[in-house]
Amino acid sequence: MKLDKQSYQRLLEQKSPPSPLPLDCLKAFLFGGAICTVGEAVSNFWQWRGLDTTDAAAATSITMVFLGALLTCLHLYEKLAKHAGAGTIVPITGFANSIVSPAMEFKSEGLVLGVGAKLFVIAGPVLTYGISASVIYGLVLVLLGGGGGA
Amino acid sequence: MNWMEYVNAFWVGGAICAICQVFIDKTKLTPARILVSLVVLGVALQAFGLYQSVVDYAGAGATIPLLGFGYSLAKGVAKAVAESGLLGAFTGGVTGAAGGIAAAIVFGCLFALIARPKSRS
Repeated sequence: MKLDKQSYQRLLEQKSPPSPLPLDCLKAFLFGGAICTVGEAVSNFWQWRGLDTTDAAAATSITMVFLGALLTCLHLYEKLAKHAGAGTIVPITGFANSIVSPAMEFKSEGLVLGVGAKLFVIAGPVLTYGISASVIYGLVLVLLGGGGGA
Repeated sequence: MNWMEYVNAFWVGGAICAICQVFIDKTKLTPARILVSLVVLGVALQAFGLYQSVVDYAGAGATIPLLGFGYSLAKGVAKAVAESGLLGAFTGGVTGAAGGIAAAIVFGCLFALIARPKSRS
């Protein structure tokens, strides 16, 4: 049987199982929402301990990163991620997971080029483009005359 | 205790994750690209003044997704530029997100070191 590209694509779509998009989204919604709700509770805890809103937000990030890294270390985060998809990737706990996970995997390659370098496989691009975007925004603010000093 | 803030954190955070799930399922975007896009988008949204109201409404529902990381970068830059001009454009972002960045590196390294290799079962 000869197939051109289009008919192959059509056949492939017929044969592959229907993508359970609504279910995936529901699970991402529930797990992601749950992680954010935990974050809200953590944030309230820090505010109750006397931190102001900005400091509480930073302390909350640190706490959630800690939890994400801990769960990854115990091989529990990957079990969650199997069901939750984006629900575990998008929150900051997923960022922590993306740091610990490759570093764990490449531990055998040593402390410097194994753990030290692989920590940044995903965090590197995130920091590169995030920080670059923030500097560009800062430069635009300076050009627009938003700068108080200098 | 105000239960509405938990409800808002839940549904806004959940909605952001569900939207990203659509992108993962429907496009070839890898998780790494999703994370990068979210951080840059977070900076952009805050730069155009669109994200602060989401944060005020949803709290952790807006700050815990990686968009919130971009939000802290942008917020830090705006504050630092107002205080020290051009220098602030370079120092503000990392200052704003310093806690998260340092925690991610230190805890990431620590837990990678103490983790046991995955048992093959």
